[in-house]
Amino acid sequence: MTKMLDYPEPETLAEALTLLAHYGDRAMCIAGGTDVIPRLKKKQISPEALISLNRVAGLGSIDLNGALRIGAGTTHRTIEKSALIRERFSALTDAVDVLGSVQIRNVGTIGGNICTAAPSADTAPPLLVLGAQARAVSLKGERMIPLETFFQGPGKSILTPEEIVTEFIIPTPLPCSASAYWKHQRRLALDLPILGVAVQLTLDKRTCPLPGNLNDEGSWPAIWQALAQERPVCREVKIALGVAAPVPMRARKAEALLQGQVLTPELLEEAARIASEEAQPRDSVRGEAWYRKEMVRVFVKRMVLKCVERIACGETPAVELPGKA
Amino acid sequence: MKRKISFTLNGHTVQTEIDTNLTLLALLRDQLGLKGTKEGCGMGDCGACTVLLNGMTVNSCIFPAMEVEGKTVVTIEGVADKEGNLHPLQKAFVEHGAIQCGYCTPGMVLSAKALLDENPHPTEEEIRKGIAGNLCRCTGYVQIVEAIKAAVHD
Repeated sequence: MTKMLDYPEPETLAEALTLLAHYGDRAMCIAGGTDVIPRLKKKQISPEALISLNRVAGLGSIDLNGALRIGAGTTHRTIEKSALIRERFSALTDAVDVLGSVQIRNVGTIGGNICTAAPSADTAPPLLVLGAQARAVSLKGERMIPLETFFQGPGKSILTPEEIVTEFIIPTPLPCSASAYWKHQRRLALDLPILGVAVQLTLDKRTCPLPGNLNDEGSWPAIWQALAQERPVCREVKIALGVAAPVPMRARKAEALLQGQVLTPELLEEAARIASEEAQPRDSVRGEAWYRKEMVRVFVKRMVLKCVERIACGETPAVELPGKA
Repeated sequence: MKRKISFTLNGHTVQTEIDTNLTLLALLRDQLGLKGTKEGCGMGDCGACTVLLNGMTVNSCIFPAMEVEGKTVVTIEGVADKEGNLHPLQKAFVEHGAIQCGYCTPGMVLSAKALLDENPHPTEEEIRKGIAGNLCRCTGYVQIVEAIKAAVHD
């Protein structure tokens, strides 16, 4: 780090908000620091103050009471280890499981990952398909922000300089639902995604377990055949893409094609193709636009089938948890 | 701006005055003279600077020193016992040739220690995932994984 900083460490949200109102855009909030400190070292940012949120009480818990609430200060590691999230909100586990490294996950938080608003944020596509809202609080009051409208551009969110995100609220999935996220990356750790694809799917029934392995091309004829026989109906489907546009996005045309329809191999191929057309990736060092588009097609298909597989395997429990919306 | 902080370092209480912009790595190496913790990339990408904070690994090069107030830090200097006997992991690293140039070793040992403290009988996959945040430029990963496996059996 370079220049001298104020480093206030408020212990309550009210104190933190007062400090933020005082400094305005001359301050940044810091939690794990895994985004903030490298940017500071690279001189990409030069705030006068870093307001540490690590001692603010009540920002780091996960609970389910009608809806899932994840405190913005919850570390990726805590989410990774949560059995509740693994079973019911699997796409989020898929994301934090491959985010950075153990060292990064031990201190990095979901609030930081979202508020930094990087197009590559691994938790963004899962939160989009899970229908998350962010609770943003300032001295003037609070508001609920659907994740859909949260991101405004690379590194830009809808938050005002006086606002702090305190938690994410996620509705409980319907029965017979599952979600999945795929981070397409070159290495197994310490990498940013070339592309991220998240899907949440609700079917009318559990199919038989799909034969074979989705990552093995040899298994595909059998998987297609099983799907063609089972003919499950897509009651709800959400598809979100990361690094496919300046902000994490939903593939709404592809979703609309599947909505309410029998999930046949032909329809799924077509939906994946449409999602690939909706994507507007750019060329970058991690991947060229044409390649990213092609991978959208491949992984939308795989993630929908991953959800079918998870629903079949009952990775989401049939038992309803209390307080389901 | 200077602030006083107090924390436990390798079993001893440390009270010191720091600049608010100091990283934990700079505090350990430059201010406290513990040179066992290495700086590699300086951006949280290589894990050479790994230390334990309340038993969990962190990249000290991107971790604000201000945040260690009241916490417990263990560096590679605090892994052997008081008589200087090496930790079983350190012995296993020596015996299995898991050290080539040695630069990644302190961080690698601490990542392995945090893994075994939490999960005393990891599978090979869990070992590989546990040390995925530590790069070895000599690419001696096979011996490193073997050393950790051997420490599990000891």
